Amino acid sequence: MSDIHIHVEHLTRVEGHGNIVLNARNGTIEQVQWQVSEAPRFFESFVRGRPWHQLSHITSRICGICSIGHALASLKATEAAFGVAVSEQTAVLRRLALHAENLQSHILHVGYLVAPDLLGVGSVFPLLQSHPDAVRKIVRLHRLANEMSDLLCGRTTHPITLVPGGFSAIPSAKQLKEIRQRLLDAVPVTNDIAQLVLDCAGALPAFARETEFIALVDDDEYALYDGMIGSTDGGRFPVADYASVANEFVVPHSTAKFTRHRRASYMVGALARFNLSAARLRPMARQWAEKFGLRPVCHNPFMNNVAQLVEFVHSLEDSVYWIDYLLKRGLDTAEAPAKFKARAGRGVGAVEVPRGILFHDYTYDHDGTCERANCVIPTNQNHNNINQDLAAFAPTLLQKPEKEIERSLEMLVRAYDPCISCSTHLLTVRFVR
Amino acid sequence: MKPRIAFFDFASCEGCQLQVANLEETLLDVLRLVDVVSFREVMKEHADDYDIAVVEGSIARPMDEERIRAIRARAKLLIALGACAHLGGVQRLGNRWTPEQNKKAVYDGADGNDIGDNNPFFEKPRHRALDEVVKVDVVIPGCPVNRDELARVLVALLTGRRPPIPDYPLCVECKKKENVCLFTIGKVCMGPVTRAGCGAACPTYGNECEACRGFISHPHADAQIDVLRKHGLTPEEILSRQTLFTARHLEQQGKVS
Repeated sequence: MSDIHIHVEHLTRVEGHGNIVLNARNGTIEQVQWQVSEAPRFFESFVRGRPWHQLSHITSRICGICSIGHALASLKATEAAFGVAVSEQTAVLRRLALHAENLQSHILHVGYLVAPDLLGVGSVFPLLQSHPDAVRKIVRLHRLANEMSDLLCGRTTHPITLVPGGFSAIPSAKQLKEIRQRLLDAVPVTNDIAQLVLDCAGALPAFARETEFIALVDDDEYALYDGMIGSTDGGRFPVADYASVANEFVVPHSTAKFTRHRRASYMVGALARFNLSAARLRPMARQWAEKFGLRPVCHNPFMNNVAQLVEFVHSLEDSVYWIDYLLKRGLDTAEAPAKFKARAGRGVGAVEVPRGILFHDYTYDHDGTCERANCVIPTNQNHNNINQDLAAFAPTLLQKPEKEIERSLEMLVRAYDPCISCSTHLLTVRFVR
Repeated sequence: MKPRIAFFDFASCEGCQLQVANLEETLLDVLRLVDVVSFREVMKEHADDYDIAVVEGSIARPMDEERIRAIRARAKLLIALGACAHLGGVQRLGNRWTPEQNKKAVYDGADGNDIGDNNPFFEKPRHRALDEVVKVDVVIPGCPVNRDELARVLVALLTGRRPPIPDYPLCVECKKKENVCLFTIGKVCMGPVTRAGCGAACPTYGNECEACRGFISHPHADAQIDVLRKHGLTPEEILSRQTLFTARHLEQQGKVS
C-alpha cells in the first residue's frame, strides 16, 4: 500500500485558521493532526482592568458569527456577579435574539459552507449557476435572520441593544408583528431547502463513534438561553459548577486547553442539544428530524449538519411562539434596564450558541472593574472530540484515493462548524499511532 | 476582464468578512462585477493572482507579517477591512502586557503547565494595524464594517471613483437622524471625535458611541476630554473610553505606550 501524506493548510469554509495533517505508511496511520494556527488574541487577559459596562462589548468581538451569544453569556456573568435579576420581557427578547443568531449561523453553515460538499463543488459560487433557485432561497433565509437580529439587537454583528440589566432599545409591537409574519412566510422556503438537503443526505458518511454530549437542559423547553448543564452520560449540574464539567486541562506537546468530562472527550453543539432535548423541539422541527432518521442519541458527528437544520426549523417556530406570548402579555417598549450597583463578586453565565454551550466567568472588584475572566468556548470543547473522531475515522478511509480521504476529513471537521477565531486558546495536537 | 478580488483574514472575529455575506442579494450583484479568486471562509479554490486584496484582522506574529507582505506584493490595491485592520482591534488592548504575561493570564488555572514555549503559532504576538506593516490603499473602518458603506466603497472602487468615507464626526449623522443627544440624558459618548459613516448606529439604539471607526483627521481631542470630565467621568473612566478601540491614536499622540 502506498504512503499517504495529506496536509490541508488553512481548511476552507470554516471560521478561522486550522490545518489537517494525515501521514500513513504501509496502511498504518503515523500521524493525524488537527492544528489550529489562529493568532492568539488573549481576551481573558486584556479584559482585566476594563469597566463592567465594556465587558459584553469587548467579548462579543471574540466571534463575528456568534457575537449575540457571547454578549448574552457575558451579560449573564456580569448580572450574576452583581446580583441583578432581569425582567421576564428581557428574558423573552433575549431568547428571540438568540434565535435570530441561531437562524443566521445555521443557514450560513448548512447553506453556504456544507451544501457545496453535498453537491460536489468547491463553494457556493458554482451553485449560483447550477442551483440558482436554491441559492436565492438560502440568501432569503439568511437575510431574514439578519433582519431579525437588526430588529432586536440594532445590528447583526456585535449587538448594540443588549446591555446589563436589559435592553437599551426595544422593538415596537408593529415591528414584532411584521417579523412574525415573515418568519411564517419563510416556512415553505425552509421546507424546500430541507428537502434539498434530504435529497443529498446520502453524501454524509455513515460514521459513528460513541461519545458524551453536553448541553444546557431544561424541563420546560429546548434549552438555549437558560438551563442546567446536562450530559447524555447522566447528571445535571448548576452552571456555576461549569469548571467541574469542562475540566479544562493542558497536555504535553499541546498549547490547547482541552476539556473532558466522563470520557476522553465530549461534543457540544446542535447534535448535543438534539440528543439531550429532542423531545422538547417544536412539532415541525420534530417532523424534519424524523424524515432525516435523526434520533437521540445519535453518535454520527456528520449528523450535526442535520441537527442544525432541525434547529433552524425549531427557531422559526419558537420565535413565533415567543412573539405571540409577548404581544399577548403586553409589550413595554419604554422598559428601562434593571437598576443595580456594581460590587465585588464573581459570576458565571452560560448560553447555548450555534456551536454549543458557552461559559463566561468574571470576577469584579468593588467598583466593577474586571479582575479575572475565563471563557470556555464551544469549539474549544469540541477540539478534543474532533481529534478522537479523526483517529477513529481516518483508518476507515485508507483504501480510498488521497483526494477522497482529504475531502472526507475536511467534511468531518467542517461538520462541527468550528469557529476557530472563538478558540481563544491555541491548539496543536500530535498523536502517532 | 473583470477585476480579480481576494479576501484574507488575520487576527479577528471574521465579523467583517461576514458582512460581505450579509450583503445578501447585493452581493449577488457585486459578483457580476468581479471574479472572487480566494475567500477561505467560503470557498475551497484559491489563486495567487489577484488585483484587489481585502484584508480583515490585525497583524500579530512574524508569520503574519510575512503573509501580509506577500499579499501586498501581489495586490494592486489593498483594502483594510474593519477596525482590526484599521486600528489593531480590541486585541490591541493586550499590548500593554508582555506576551508572557498574557499567556499566563489565559492559561493560569488550567490543569497542567506546559503551554508550548517553542510553538511558532505563539511567537511574540503584538497586535498592529495593517498600515504599521505594509502600505494600505483604502480603509473601510468600523467594528464591524457597516454593510451599506462596504457596498458603496466596493462600487466606487470598481467604477473608478474615490471611496466615499466621511471625515466628519458622528454627531452630524446623529443629528440628521434627530436622535436625542446622549449628553443631554445623563449619558456620555465618543461621537464628537469619531468618524461618521455607520449612521450613528450605537446612539440610535440608546448606547454611547465607542469610537470603533477611529477618530476623524482633526479631532478636538482636548475639548472632548473636557466635556467628559464635566459630565463627571474620572480620568480612568475617560481613558477606558479613549482606549477601547482607539489606543492607536493615543499611542500616536504619545499619550499612552
